[in-house]
Amino acid sequence: MLKPGLRLKSAVCDAEIMVIKASEGDDLTCGGVALAEAPDKVDGDPGEMNGCLIGKRYVNEAETVEVLCVKSGDGSIYYNGAELMTKDTKKLPSSD
Amino acid sequence: MNIALFLQMAAEACPDRRALTYNGEHYTYAALYAAAKRAAYRFSTANCKYVTLIDVSSPAVPIALMGAAMAGIPYVPINYRLSEEQIVPLLDRIEPAYIILGAKEATYSRDSGVTQDSSDFLNEVLTGDYIEVKWNEDPTAVAVQLFTSGTTGTPKAAILRHEHLVSYILGSVDFMGAEEHEATLVSVPPYHIAGISAVMSSIYACRRIVQLANFDPAEWLRLCAEESVTNVFVVPTMLTRIIEELRFSDFEPSDLKSLASIAYGGGKMPVPVIEQALALYPNVNFTNAYGLTETSSTITLLDPDDHRTAIDHDDAAVHARLGSVGKPLPSVELEIRDDEAKQLGPWESGEIYVRGPQVSGEYEERSVLDDDGWFPTRDAGYLDDHGYLYLSGRADDVIVRGGENLSPGEIEDLLHQHPAISDAAAVGMPSEEWGEVVALAVVKTRGQEITEDEIRQHIREHLRSSRVPEVIHFTSELPYNETGKLLRRVVSEWFRIEGD
Repeated sequence: MLKPGLRLKSAVCDAEIMVIKASEGDDLTCGGVALAEAPDKVDGDPGEMNGCLIGKRYVNEAETVEVLCVKSGDGSIYYNGAELMTKDTKKLPSSD
Repeated sequence: MNIALFLQMAAEACPDRRALTYNGEHYTYAALYAAAKRAAYRFSTANCKYVTLIDVSSPAVPIALMGAAMAGIPYVPINYRLSEEQIVPLLDRIEPAYIILGAKEATYSRDSGVTQDSSDFLNEVLTGDYIEVKWNEDPTAVAVQLFTSGTTGTPKAAILRHEHLVSYILGSVDFMGAEEHEATLVSVPPYHIAGISAVMSSIYACRRIVQLANFDPAEWLRLCAEESVTNVFVVPTMLTRIIEELRFSDFEPSDLKSLASIAYGGGKMPVPVIEQALALYPNVNFTNAYGLTETSSTITLLDPDDHRTAIDHDDAAVHARLGSVGKPLPSVELEIRDDEAKQLGPWESGEIYVRGPQVSGEYEERSVLDDDGWFPTRDAGYLDDHGYLYLSGRADDVIVRGGENLSPGEIEDLLHQHPAISDAAAVGMPSEEWGEVVALAVVKTRGQEITEDEIRQHIREHLRSSRVPEVIHFTSELPYNETGKLLRRVVSEWFRIEGD
């Protein structure tokens, strides 16, 4: 079950994510393989290896699922079979 | 979810980048991360329930903050300026604690916990074996507990959980958003929410922190120039003193070549001060930030474009925005409500309520959030037609004269504009006839004269007659705490004594 704050690792690359927003279901994959807390390393699906970048936030189209990439990797993050997109956030001036 | 994530990510993405400069020494993200892990190991093996630091800013601040987070122990920085009589009761509330002490502090030896000199702590954590720490990801764990300044009695302990602070940083800071040359000068004290958020924001932006242990305007300017500082945060009293220093010293405004951004907050900034600063630094980005401890720092921003638009605008309403604290962050909802918690419209003054994932609104296990998650800030203010927020002071500071609510801020704002007045504070004074009347403390501008009658006349001309003070007291300076908050209670005392 996905819940905010959960840290998950990719089974196919170095990527790590933290769940920011979760909804029903838990079908979150990286490089075609389920993300997990301590996965055994396997080869990824070459079609789902576009990479993810540290510091980027990824969301589904409805913005019901959001994850933060906390370590870059070669795999890309999918939720329920659809690739997550990077979230555009309004750039704010530094206030502290 | 844990605030230590910020340091872990910075150390992952740019391990060799400079994270911190203190007394000319530099520390990389990799070094801080390793030190925080060693600190976490010490804290978790010391059988303590809290980590506290009673000292000025130093590398011990981010290391203790992040180390405590990794160890899953609340970090409780305490104001080192407090007297021993004030500090001991606070330590009694956080037993057993791992106490990190500055060199000048009393020993505070306790029956339980650990007491350690901050230089010894630093020596121990900055070198040694590589330690791997597994930390707790519970978002509801307490990250930071801050004792409020106690301007209104016994200090309350505000609770900030990891989820609040992580939401605040992720919602307001771009990871690694800073260029390698950028540096921020942190001169706010480490026990203040602005000191905590400065550490977290800078680490997540990968912007080098330059620490100034004790604020002094000449030292501040010297360090800005020497360390090629790009970003600063100042409270109003600091900015006033920096401008004065620029006027009376050999230091020229142009000596700060690298300065790109000035953020300010922590107290109400007089409009003339910000106008002078904008005139001195026309190419610098100014940002006004308003927030509270209980909201994990900033909740509204007046951004650099707002400042540029307001400064030269002919429309008085737009120009007046220089006195506004701006608009809420995208993730924060804000409403103005009356005494019955009914929402008010634009220009109607009432209490500011906020809601959002960064808002804790909680003190030592007692939440003051309402059923729908709104936090009553006890700050008074109003919104204009465009959603800009204006503060009129603490809700508790409102002067009630014959049933009419008077805002001290309205009177003070008017007097700040007067060339013969450099500072003013309006407080309520008990009155048999009216319940309360206005009492005014005034600081005259150096070399200028103004009489009590002239002040009364000036207020009568611009505001309603109920605002005219019953008593005026001239003084050489007003009492502020070190983060720029006017100590109204002290000003009220003056009039109580005079009245006796």
